[in-house]
Amino acid sequence: MSLAAAAVTAHAAGTHALAAHAAPSNGSHGFLSPTGVEITFLLVGLVTFGAALVTVTTRQLVHAALWLVVALGGLAVEYLLLTAEFIAWVQVLIYVGSVVVLLLFGLMLTRAPIGRSPDADSGNRWAALAVAAVAAVTLVWVVVDAFRTTWIDLDGPAAGSTEATGESLFQNWVLPFEGLSVLLLAALVGAIVLSRKAKAEPGSPSVNSGAATGSSPSVPDSRNHPIGRNGASEGTGSGASEGTTPAEQEGAR
Amino acid sequence: MTTTTLAVLVPLLPFLGAAAGLLLGRTTPGFARPLAVLPTLASLVLAVVVALRQGGGQAITAATELTPTGSVPIELALDVDGFAALVVVLVTVVATCVQVYSTGYLREDPRYASYAALVSLFTSAMLLVVYSGDLMVLLVGWEIMGICSYFLVGHYWETPEARAASIKAFLVTKLGDVPFLIGLFALATDAGSFRITKILGTVASGGLDHPTVIALLLLAGVAGKSAQFPLHTWLPDAMAGPTPVSALIHAATMVAAGVYFVARLLPVFEASQAAMVVLAVMAAVTMVGSGLAALAQDDIKRVLAYSTIGQLGYMTGALAVADRGAAVFHLLSHGAFKALLFLAAGVIIHAAGTNSLAAMSRMGHLRDRVPDAFWTMTVALLALAAIPPFSGFFSKESVLGAAEHVATGHTEHAPGAAGWTVLIAGVVTALLTAAYATRLWLLAFRGRGAEAPDHGRQPLTMTVVLWVLAVPSLAVGGFAYRVLPDWFDGDDLAPTLTTSVLGTGVALIGGIVTYAAWRHTTSLAMGVPLGAVAAHPEGDAGQVEAEAIASHTPVYGGVAYALDPADPGRLLLGPLHRHAAVGFHLDAVYRTLFVRPVQGGAALVRFLDREVVDTYVRGAGALPRWLGIAVRRAQTGNVQTYVSALLAGTVVLAVAAVLVATGA
Amino acid sequence: MHLAYPAVLSALLFCTGLYGVLARRNAILVLMSVELMLNAVNLNLVAFDIWLSRAAEDTLHSGQALTLFTITIAAAEIGIGLAIVLAVHRNRGTSDIDRLRDTAEGHDPDHDSPAAGQAEKAEATA
Repeated sequence: MSLAAAAVTAHAAGTHALAAHAAPSNGSHGFLSPTGVEITFLLVGLVTFGAALVTVTTRQLVHAALWLVVALGGLAVEYLLLTAEFIAWVQVLIYVGSVVVLLLFGLMLTRAPIGRSPDADSGNRWAALAVAAVAAVTLVWVVVDAFRTTWIDLDGPAAGSTEATGESLFQNWVLPFEGLSVLLLAALVGAIVLSRKAKAEPGSPSVNSGAATGSSPSVPDSRNHPIGRNGASEGTGSGASEGTTPAEQEGAR
Repeated sequence: MTTTTLAVLVPLLPFLGAAAGLLLGRTTPGFARPLAVLPTLASLVLAVVVALRQGGGQAITAATELTPTGSVPIELALDVDGFAALVVVLVTVVATCVQVYSTGYLREDPRYASYAALVSLFTSAMLLVVYSGDLMVLLVGWEIMGICSYFLVGHYWETPEARAASIKAFLVTKLGDVPFLIGLFALATDAGSFRITKILGTVASGGLDHPTVIALLLLAGVAGKSAQFPLHTWLPDAMAGPTPVSALIHAATMVAAGVYFVARLLPVFEASQAAMVVLAVMAAVTMVGSGLAALAQDDIKRVLAYSTIGQLGYMTGALAVADRGAAVFHLLSHGAFKALLFLAAGVIIHAAGTNSLAAMSRMGHLRDRVPDAFWTMTVALLALAAIPPFSGFFSKESVLGAAEHVATGHTEHAPGAAGWTVLIAGVVTALLTAAYATRLWLLAFRGRGAEAPDHGRQPLTMTVVLWVLAVPSLAVGGFAYRVLPDWFDGDDLAPTLTTSVLGTGVALIGGIVTYAAWRHTTSLAMGVPLGAVAAHPEGDAGQVEAEAIASHTPVYGGVAYALDPADPGRLLLGPLHRHAAVGFHLDAVYRTLFVRPVQGGAALVRFLDREVVDTYVRGAGALPRWLGIAVRRAQTGNVQTYVSALLAGTVVLAVAAVLVATGA
Repeated sequence: MHLAYPAVLSALLFCTGLYGVLARRNAILVLMSVELMLNAVNLNLVAFDIWLSRAAEDTLHSGQALTLFTITIAAAEIGIGLAIVLAVHRNRGTSDIDRLRDTAEGHDPDHDSPAAGQAEKAEATA
């Protein structure tokens, strides 16, 4: 644990207080002979936390999205370590596979600058840092204080296997599951309406004709177009918001 | 129907007419005229019936107490004696004439409906005052008259003169009404009742504890209402109202109310010798001063207004010598000829297009344009000047006779000093009255110069009324002095030889001297051209009058004043003319005594409010304002700032909750 | 495994996302930070579900079911959120959150018209 504390301290000077607080609380137990799982969890957790920190602090916008992939992937590994394998693969599929891709599209469509942008952070960052630090101290303190004598028993059959999850999902949670599908449909329609509305605004005829290619009914086409012409904002705007729909469908299933 | 029922209906009908007129006047203008004339006419008929049934005998009394109202009961009481019956006949006659005349005079006025309704209400209030047997109910009518006069004098509220005059009339009469109210309370407390009959019974048995105080307090109200010195200044200014309203106020209602009230409660005043002397002095000053002022006025209606004040002085003089029969007799005959004078003056103003005597004296053939007004006004002026056999002669001689009676010590009702005061002032005033009547007649009808403009014949409603009123002015006096004592207290009203010769003699002297002065000055008239004529002579009479009033000050330099060397009054009064024209500077005195201090006080209060009180208010407001500015600065529109603050608060609350939960 | 590990990691990730939401200027980066916060919650849900399924013999697996739902809703949210951000970008020519200050005190509505005009011009040229 002293290793972990040192690593955390070295990694992010800004969170020094948190780590210093977390390490003694873990250590004060004096229980430990850390198992292999725990060590692995700790290391992956450090990577995940570091990637998250870089995501919210880097000045290169595209790098932020890529570091987000690392953080989300790390979380998938943590799920696996917690024996929740189905959640882990869903995490990889949806987050790493589609959400991050969508975010990258968004960055491109809003013509985010490539390379370091000096104004990635707003003037609010010191207030934000203070709030986040205090919140972190409070949360960690409360959580550690509450669960310092609690262990998870990871032996036996996996609690989060596909079989167990499927049974519980389709035996006990069918109704919310179906409700969720309606919600996804609503989100789909909402995304379309949002993009259509922008197009229905009175503009020059040339804009409309240009947009017609971007919003052609064929979904794969509309996904391809914006990539080919990522400098254009108008035609790709509608294409991108329609481009979200397959991702959502993927995510839902 | 019983006489009581008829008597109740007399004031009620005009009141209902007024209410209906106010309600319907705007929506259905066609009903305005019938609603104005018919209830008043019906009241006239009923009043005559009541008067005939009463016949000067026992007073008709009826009373009902609606609800207990404390220590001194207030009752809806009716008390019709001979005085009341006859005064009501006069009021209804004049009111009917005025209403009929108004239909012609204001025929194009857009506010006719409300005007007619207010006249009806005015009439109704006066009838209530006359018939009421309870002082509180009388006061109700008394105050309704005050507010009605305010509205009616201010009928042409577009002109500043009318606005100022209406406020002045209201405030000055209220100045008298406050002591009047206190006097009524004192009287009722002493007598234990507001009923007039009970009060008179208490007075007769000597039960009044403070007669002088009560009488003087009541006199203040009477002076305000009846325009006696020193509260008379509102009356000349009230000429800014329409002429029919002037006729109504001067002849039948309002000013008559004060005299009638004293006549009703004369025993209360008789109980105090001091009050009688005060009354006599007040009457004498009023008479002589108004006579002099009337001689100097240029506005034909202001001449008549001052003459009203003078004639009211005769009435209060008669009351001061404790002869209420003579007072009411003069009230009746004066009501007839003064209404006639005003209505005829309205016709003349309409025809001449101006209200200035100076301008009229430079107009030829004005009398040929308005023959009805010429003849009836001549009759009325002769009555005013008390030339036998016109009615004014008999009533005025009855006053002078009563004064002589007292002065020679033939009665114990009034002090001899009061008698002498009234007698001397009355004789002097007779001279002045004849002088200004002659001056008015000569200037209005004997003018020389350019032809008066011809606007065609006057409306029939306006001229017929003149002849109706000319009859009592001409003939009634001669036999009334024989009949009226039956209705009144029974005192003899016949003229005595001494005063008749004296009064008529000075009146003739006054007339002849004025005529001589006029002959002397009239040649000067050509040298000084004067005159402004209303801009819309083809309009109805009310519009012409309003324009004449509005243009008088810019053309002649004053409401009451004209720089006319051809004016015989200027020659007669000499250096006094300048002061008489402005009412002997009484307005300036009031201005110094009341208006300036009030304005100074208002300025002080304004300063205290603006500079002192507001400073504290502004100081108290500064802190919240600064807080508001600070809070407003936080509204940056940046959502992230908002969320930061929100989450910071959440964290603080969470920490606090945890600390509390762990007992730290 | 000690339950504090996933719990502390979840708390730290959540606060990292919180910082990102409050401090980032670009709306898409804010969305990323929101994803971080959601994932932190998911980790918590999963860890406590695993713990309770043994410690309390819980067979409902409500934590994991809720995690799946959260993932789904997050996907929908990111879709709608991006659509909104793109619409804003089209209209205003910027997706910087701290420039969208229409609700500020004393905000002049005409002030934005040049930017909107520029955006329209950009659309027309595109």
